[in-house]
Amino acid sequence: MIIKQISIFLENVAGRLAEVTKLLAKHEINLRAMTIADTADFGILRIVVDQPDKALKVLRDGGFTAKTTEVLAVEVEDRPGGLAKVMEIFQQNHVNIEYLYVSLEKNKDKAVVIFKVEDLKLGQKIVEEHGLGGKVSL
Amino acid sequence: MIWNPEAECMPVEQRRRLQLAHLKNLVERVYEKVPFYRKKFQQAGIKPKDIRSLEDIQKIPFTTKDELRETYPYGLLAVPEAEIEEVHMSSGTTGTPVVDAYTKKDIEVWSESMARTLSMAGTTRNDIIQNAYGYGLFTGGLGVHYGAKLIGANIIPMSSGNTSKQILVMRDFKTTILTCTPSYSLFLAEAAKEEGVDIRSLSLKAGCFGAEPWSENMRKEIEEKLGLDAYDIYGLTEITGPGVSSECEMKNGLHINEDFFYPEVIDPETGNVLPDGAKGELVFTTLVKEGTPLLRYRTRDITFLFHDQCPCGRTTVKMHRLFGRTDDMLIIRGVNVFPSQIEQILMAVEGTDPHYLIVVDRGASHLDELEIMVEVESKFFTDETKGLETIRSKIEHEIKSKLGISAKIKLVEPKTIERSIGKAKRVIDKRKI
Repeated sequence: MIIKQISIFLENVAGRLAEVTKLLAKHEINLRAMTIADTADFGILRIVVDQPDKALKVLRDGGFTAKTTEVLAVEVEDRPGGLAKVMEIFQQNHVNIEYLYVSLEKNKDKAVVIFKVEDLKLGQKIVEEHGLGGKVSL
Repeated sequence: MIWNPEAECMPVEQRRRLQLAHLKNLVERVYEKVPFYRKKFQQAGIKPKDIRSLEDIQKIPFTTKDELRETYPYGLLAVPEAEIEEVHMSSGTTGTPVVDAYTKKDIEVWSESMARTLSMAGTTRNDIIQNAYGYGLFTGGLGVHYGAKLIGANIIPMSSGNTSKQILVMRDFKTTILTCTPSYSLFLAEAAKEEGVDIRSLSLKAGCFGAEPWSENMRKEIEEKLGLDAYDIYGLTEITGPGVSSECEMKNGLHINEDFFYPEVIDPETGNVLPDGAKGELVFTTLVKEGTPLLRYRTRDITFLFHDQCPCGRTTVKMHRLFGRTDDMLIIRGVNVFPSQIEQILMAVEGTDPHYLIVVDRGASHLDELEIMVEVESKFFTDETKGLETIRSKIEHEIKSKLGISAKIKLVEPKTIERSIGKAKRVIDKRKI
């Protein structure tokens, strides 16, 4: 299924990440997944939260450059070869992946992996056709 | 040594008569040949015959850099185009170049001026000049070249950069005179050290350094590190290029070649002419220039003039080394840059009004380093690093191609650049000069 991810621009300055988490905590926003892409000078923090619209407002009001991106939440079986199966489906159907990371969410024995794909509509279609995203509730 | 004792040591009164004759001729010429000046004279209600003494020059309106841009490319030409033998230009505030077009005689005057400059630093026909000013539209390279040719010295046209080869040539061809920006001389000294060459033990005896601001402290450092006498030289493309003024062996002020370039110092607010010793904006009138003559051109450089009995024997008026500028122009590795030019590039790349801060510093390399901090706004923020890296490299590329300088772009969070009331503080110059 398609979910909202929030990206936040962070300079490589001590304490900046702590300020983000502090701000989210203050507004009782729950983090479900996160990852950082970093370069020498800056990083981009990507998070999935329980209240994305509120989180975006809180972060922007707090002076951060933030934006929402739509990503795919995909169920992956938590056993050897689980991710490989999903990747194979994506590969066969030409779903190009920009990046991916794992969330804290778990449905029974399935892990939830966040995918940023080049063509969101195509990705969603493939996920639905293969029954990979039905039960995710972030 | 004095290249042209007759001109440089002429009794002051005699020179003033010469200047007046040149001025009258100049005014007649431009009134007749250049509609731009004729209009200015008419607006000011003056005619060429109203200029009867040197003081009467104060009746003539100033010429500004903006006007040079507005008349680009040939609006100030005072001779038929066929008379032009060479063109140089420097970038203006909007990227529209400021043009200097030279006739055969203009090149001769420039050569003469530079021969005087190089001679002040002790250059003779027996010297080997390593010219590390850039050759091209920039006037530094060819200006030195023409002066050296007139003297008959051996000129090695290195142009700027290519540091390893500079050191190789300096050692193997026994360079005696080095011409480059002062910061590059220090860079050369460091590079030589790294390559195991003791630059002090080579044949260098003097250097003519200009095209960027420097200080007495920097002179001491250069003389110490390179083992030579360092001389300050001054010039600007609009007037002729280098050769407008330079230091003699006394290293106390720059002798102005005032038989060619008539100087005044004015109060930049009122436009009133200031007396000797009073700091203000330097203004030049090109007394003998044929191609693109300038009347009372405002340089935006701040200095003061003084007449002393220089022990060197020259009687020409001197200017103190520059104190700064009346505008926000930065000189970075000899290249003139206005913050507004950088702003335009940022706006063109991002399509938005960015908050930015320009930081200029001289690092361990002694060369000017330019860093531009740009706040990342939601409009151009993406969730992928490559998106931001693309914007960053695009800005760097645009600055390099439009301004000819390298800049490091640092993306920063919003509101990290201090907001000020009124005029935004866009530049921090950390250079110790």
